[in-house]
Amino acid sequence: MTAQPTSPQFKDNARHALDDAQLQKALGNVRQNFIDRRAAVAAKLPEFEGLRDSARDIKNHTLKNLDLYLERYEENVTKAGGQVHWARTAEEARQAVLDICARVGAKTVTKGKSMISEEIALNDAIEAAGMKAVETDLGEYIIQLRHEAPSHIIAPAVHLNASQIESDFRKHHTHLDPARDLSQPTQLLTEARMILREKFLAADVGITGANFLIAETGTSIIVTNEGNGDLTQTLPKVHIVIASIEKVVPTLEDASQILRVLARSATGQEMSVYTTFSTGPRRPTDVDGPEEYHVVLLDNGRSAMLGTEFEEMLRCIRCGACMNHCPVYHAVGGHAYGWVYPGPMGAVLTPTLIGVDKGGHLPNASTFCGRCESVCPVRIPLPKLMRHWREREFERHLSPATVRWGIGFWAFFAKRPALYRLATGVAMRGLAWLGKSTGRFKSLPLAAGWTDHRDFPAPQGATFQQQWKARRKGRSA
Amino acid sequence: MPQNSAARPIRVGLFVTCLVDLMRPSVGFAAAKLLEDAGCRVDVPSQTCCGQPAFNSGDRANARAIAEKTIAAFERYDYVVAPSGSCAGQIKKHFPELFQGDPNLSQRAAALADKTYELVSFLVDVLGVTKVDAAFAGDVTYHDSCSGLRELGVKSQPRMLLSSIPGVNIVEMKENEVCCGFGGTFAVKYGDISDSIVSKKTENVTESGAHTLLAGDLGCLMNMAGKLHREGKSIEVRHVAEVLAGMTDAPPIGVPAEAAE
Repeated sequence: MTAQPTSPQFKDNARHALDDAQLQKALGNVRQNFIDRRAAVAAKLPEFEGLRDSARDIKNHTLKNLDLYLERYEENVTKAGGQVHWARTAEEARQAVLDICARVGAKTVTKGKSMISEEIALNDAIEAAGMKAVETDLGEYIIQLRHEAPSHIIAPAVHLNASQIESDFRKHHTHLDPARDLSQPTQLLTEARMILREKFLAADVGITGANFLIAETGTSIIVTNEGNGDLTQTLPKVHIVIASIEKVVPTLEDASQILRVLARSATGQEMSVYTTFSTGPRRPTDVDGPEEYHVVLLDNGRSAMLGTEFEEMLRCIRCGACMNHCPVYHAVGGHAYGWVYPGPMGAVLTPTLIGVDKGGHLPNASTFCGRCESVCPVRIPLPKLMRHWREREFERHLSPATVRWGIGFWAFFAKRPALYRLATGVAMRGLAWLGKSTGRFKSLPLAAGWTDHRDFPAPQGATFQQQWKARRKGRSA
Repeated sequence: MPQNSAARPIRVGLFVTCLVDLMRPSVGFAAAKLLEDAGCRVDVPSQTCCGQPAFNSGDRANARAIAEKTIAAFERYDYVVAPSGSCAGQIKKHFPELFQGDPNLSQRAAALADKTYELVSFLVDVLGVTKVDAAFAGDVTYHDSCSGLRELGVKSQPRMLLSSIPGVNIVEMKENEVCCGFGGTFAVKYGDISDSIVSKKTENVTESGAHTLLAGDLGCLMNMAGKLHREGKSIEVRHVAEVLAGMTDAPPIGVPAEAAE
């Protein structure tokens, strides 16, 4: 098991999030920024929609031949002087990392931003083994200070306001002159940089994730905006890449194609500031680079998704566009989802990784508005995949009894038109009579979820089908 | 484009949707009038629901059983038209998915899907209607319901027809393509979240300054009207078909008959 999920308490998490004024303020800032930037940068590129098709097709082809490309990738990593460590589970991945760290006698480990690291709860394992793990991405650094998990897959501290970060820095950076102005984000960045610079130089091992693994060259790619990833992977003696198996693409050309949709979908940039390619350890003629280069390749349930209705989820390139456009994410933020991956992509992926018995709320907590699918750079049909989870829950009787009973009751009539017309005809007349003077209801039995927050309009009276029949009869008579 | 003046008029099966059937029949009559004005012969076969509540709750067996009834009831028409992007989307996009690989029903589902349309896009895209004969005055704002917008491409059509009514002035609200938080059973199962989403929507509706809020789906409209009323707002909420058909005698959604008079 990896980080302990609170996904089963999704409803409580959501309630807390909705009541958290600071969080709501931060989410308000997020809501429009990502969306407008993506729309603008996509509109500037006439072939953007075609590139999405191409990205989808590259990923589909790779997934159909995943074993082949993974083996080729390993072969080329080895040729370049690196080593691949296959990890079936989170536990195996953690152990592979810890073994390398122990062998080189590491004391400090710097880290670039990696969701796989969150998935396998790597920082806890590093600390438990007596080493110091230092997150070097600014957002990750902030939440590490706060002992929090990321609330967004590309913007880990997006749930925070600048004033909260300032007070965290003042609390933890005890050297700070209280008179120093830290009210601007750039001042916070400068302060973090000063602290991190020493850590980069002291680190024995640098760990990064990977946005792509290229089979034909054995290269790993990271895209970043702060440059911390480059310092993490080039300064220490050892560079460890941790990545999941679906990150592999066949060629450099394929990676370049997908890069064209990645940053545009994620942050609305044409390209991220840094796109860094790493192939093996430092060669004799290189001026810098690590002495050792390792790749820990994690499966953790992914290969079991191949050939199932969830295979399409493995196309995900972790841009975050789905959550940036999700009304539910905008309302509750990432932590409410209760595990590593929030938003629509998390609603599909989380049940796969922690079990639908624990993650079952997530695919249900969606209005199926479809905006996630409409912006997904690799065209994952996220609502459809969430619906597949609902089907599995329904089959396994995991859906709440009230829902099952309600659907069953309603379906009984919906399958019997004559009975339906009779029953609804009576019911609607009754309801209309009850709501005649007000036009709406302030409360209704079994519908508190609705009427706690809004009125329920009263029906007009006789049903359409009753009235239509009567009118047509009148017409033909 | 089909010819309205041909010897045999276009036969449309009106899929009125369960919400319109039960809650607001006036929308059904408005839809029928719009279709008849455009030269169609409208029929209302015995019907219940498109089955979306079952489908989206993961109850595939009931969703299929209900869909099968709908296919049987409607396959004899030239077109199937619904005053809802959500229900039309269910038939057009999801019925074929429900019967994928079924030797008997997959073809029938696909055939029905091919001739099923949301009302306003049917009028504009299939029948070529460019204006309506209606009277309505005031500033209106239009909410783009999700399924209509993203599954069926309903965006410009209602605006075009609304603009053809002399007294109507469309004022766009901010974030008009963002979900209203209805989501069918979502609104009841996750009431707190739904409330947060619809509150942002009513804020945008109010900010637009419009006197009337319109959309093409009764579920969304009931949600937004319910919230506006709870907030004490007097913005009137109607289905776009009522305005396009010039049938606005019925009080707006959630308003009692006496108050409207």
